[in-house]
Formats: sequence, C-alpha cells, structure tokens
Amino acid sequence: MDSVASDISDVSDVPDVSEAAESSHRQTLRSTADNGLKIVIVGGFGVGKTTLVRSVSEIRPLNTEETMTQAGEHIDDTGGVAAKKATTVAFDFGRISLDARNVLYLFGAPGQERFWFLWDRLFAGTLGAVVLVDTRRLSDSWYAVDRLEHHGTPFVVACNDFGGPAHTPDQIREALDLADEVPLVFCDARSRESGKQVLISLVEHLRTLVTSAPRSIPQPIPQTVPEPML
Amino acid sequence: MSRARPGRDDSPDRLYTVTGGRTRAGSDAFDVVTLVVSESDPVPGMQSEHAAILRMCRFPTAVVEVAAGLGLPVSITRILLADLHDTGRISARHPRPSYRLPDHDILEQVLVGLRSL
Ligand SMILES: Nc1nc2c(ncn2[C@@H]2O[C@H](COP(=O)(O)OP(=O)(O)O)[C@@H](O)[C@H]2O)c(=O)[nH]1
Ligand SMILES: [Mg+2]
Repeated sequence: MDSVASDISDVSDVPDVSEAAESSHRQTLRSTADNGLKIVIVGGFGVGKTTLVRSVSEIRPLNTEETMTQAGEHIDDTGGVAAKKATTVAFDFGRISLDARNVLYLFGAPGQERFWFLWDRLFAGTLGAVVLVDTRRLSDSWYAVDRLEHHGTPFVVACNDFGGPAHTPDQIREALDLADEVPLVFCDARSRESGKQVLISLVEHLRTLVTSAPRSIPQPIPQTVPEPML
Repeated sequence: MSRARPGRDDSPDRLYTVTGGRTRAGSDAFDVVTLVVSESDPVPGMQSEHAAILRMCRFPTAVVEVAAGLGLPVSITRILLADLHDTGRISARHPRPSYRLPDHDILEQVLVGLRSL
C-alpha cells in the first residue's frame, strides 16, 4: 500500500474536488457525463463505511433510503398499503468523476440481513463490492461475505485499522473463511490515499477475473424482487 | 449513521399522495445511477416534486442524487422520473449494460480515473 501521499490532483480536466465540496450541498457533473458506475461498500455499523466514502468522494456523502414490503408480502388492492410492514433501509453514497463520461458512485450499505432484500433493486450491475471489516468484530462480516459469494458479486475484503491487536492475513482469512482468490487489504478509511488503494485493489481484482473468465459466462440467477411499498 | 434521514418519518399516506397512488409503472427503467438531464424548465402549476427535479437535473444527476435531494425513497423518485420521462421533460442516460462481469475497457477507464485521484 502506498504511504500517505499528497492529495493534489495532477489531472487538469477533473473538476475541483477539494474540501470546498464539503460545504456545498452538491457539485454538478459535467454535461458530458453519461455512464454511471457503482461500487458498494458493505459492512456492519461503525466499521467506517461513511468515512471511506467521504475520504474519496468529490461530494459530501449524501443519504437516502429505500422502502420495500417484506418478501412474500404484496400490496393489496383495497388501498390498505399503510398497514403493510415495510422494510426501510438507509444508505449513503458519494461520487467520483472518473473522466468526461464515467462517474463512479460509491454506496455505503449496511450488511444486515434485511438489506439484502434490496440488493438487486439498488445494486444490480455493480462493478463489485468492498467488504469493510473491523478486525475486532470479524463475525459481523460473515453474513455479507456469504451473501456476496452466493450472489456471485466479486469483492475484496478491506480491514479498517482501528488500532486493535494486529491480525495476520491468514488469521483473518481463516476467521472469514475467505477463498484464496479474494484479495484482502488493510486500510485506514480516514485516508484518501488509502481509500483510493482499496478501490484500485477491487478494480484490479475485477480485471483479473474478466481476463481469466471463460468465454461462456454464466448469467446470474434472476431473483424475485419484492414489490416497493408505497 | 445519522438517524434523521429525509423521508424516514414520512407516512406511507404522504408517499402515496406524492405519486398519486401509483406503484411502479415504468419505473424499473431507471437504475440508481442512471443520469437524468432536464429537457425543459419547470412551469407554473407543476407538481412541486417535478419542478424540483427539473431544477436539480440541469446538469446530469443520478437517480440516487435526485432521491437524496428530494428527501424521498428511491422507488418513489423513480415513479416521479418516469412521469417526466413519459412527457419528454427529462432524458435519461442509462448505465452501459454489463453482464456478469464488467467490460474490460470500462475497468481500464475506472483504473485510470482512480489512479489519477
Ligand atoms: N481509528 C479509526 N477510526 C475510524 C476509522 N474509520 C472510521 N473511524 C471512526 O469510526 C466511527 C464510525 O465510522 P463510520 O464511517 O460512521 O462507520 P459506518 O457506520 O460504517 O458508516 C467514526 O467515528 C469514524 O471517525 C479508521 O480507519 N480508524
Ligand atoms: Mg455510515
């Protein structure tokens, strides 16, 4: 991993993404922007998702939510929508303008069980995911690792440094039951350079997968998506 | 994580009113990162959410940014966007479709962009 480096951008055609962005609600994208991409950062409460998004984003992280009925329920036709039990999940996101056309959105998503009902609706077509873990609470990440494997979503695991006792990569791999090919990196979510390296490690992993993929790529199994609750 | 989120405390009744009671008509076309661009200015008498979207999207703005700006859930926002799209008031730049694995060229572009951050 790179040592902490200067944040000064040497790319002249990228809009100003300095701390000035902190104070404005949002900056506008260039009019040529036409391809939104997504990477999802999954992890338990307090693991540093928002911090990581903030470190690399050109906008202050924004918050939004999605509301769905529970799987197996449906909106009845008698207007009784208010009576339905809803699943509401909140997530935050940031943004990185990569070039004139490509814009990368980073989503910070809670790894808890109910969130996965919304995965397809929100994150279909994601490039991949970062599972952000706190080595003091590795078991919080089991569920996320499991679901991503089940979904066939490529991911890397990033250990956020909270200054706890050091763990070796092998200890962490064993605790998470990680497949050998899943990259494991260490980071400090507060550092822009470190956050950037996490994203780069994911994209390099994706490139390896694409390069080595067999010609006939199995398609994801279509999932039944619960109806939105309105 | 903040608990005071826009939309969170809105009753289902209010959300029902915003969308005129519709659920999902035509709204699946909008990905959360579809970039929306206004094709016209708000006009007097327009539903306030529609007017707000047209103001917000003078430059390309992702669906999820529109949702955050309106303080409404993504699913409701998609319905409002479908209204505007149906009447030609916005255009939509959808993400390039990817199959199970993303396109190699796109990954190279992402890497170049990230490395130059
Ligand atoms: N020491 C340390 N603290 C961190 C790090 N990343 C985040 N934090 C702190 O941990 C707390 C939770 O982080 P937050 O990003 O809100 O977690 P989230 O719930 O996953 O979004 C905040 O007080 C952060 O400042 C890190 O790498 N090191
Ligand atoms: Mg958070």
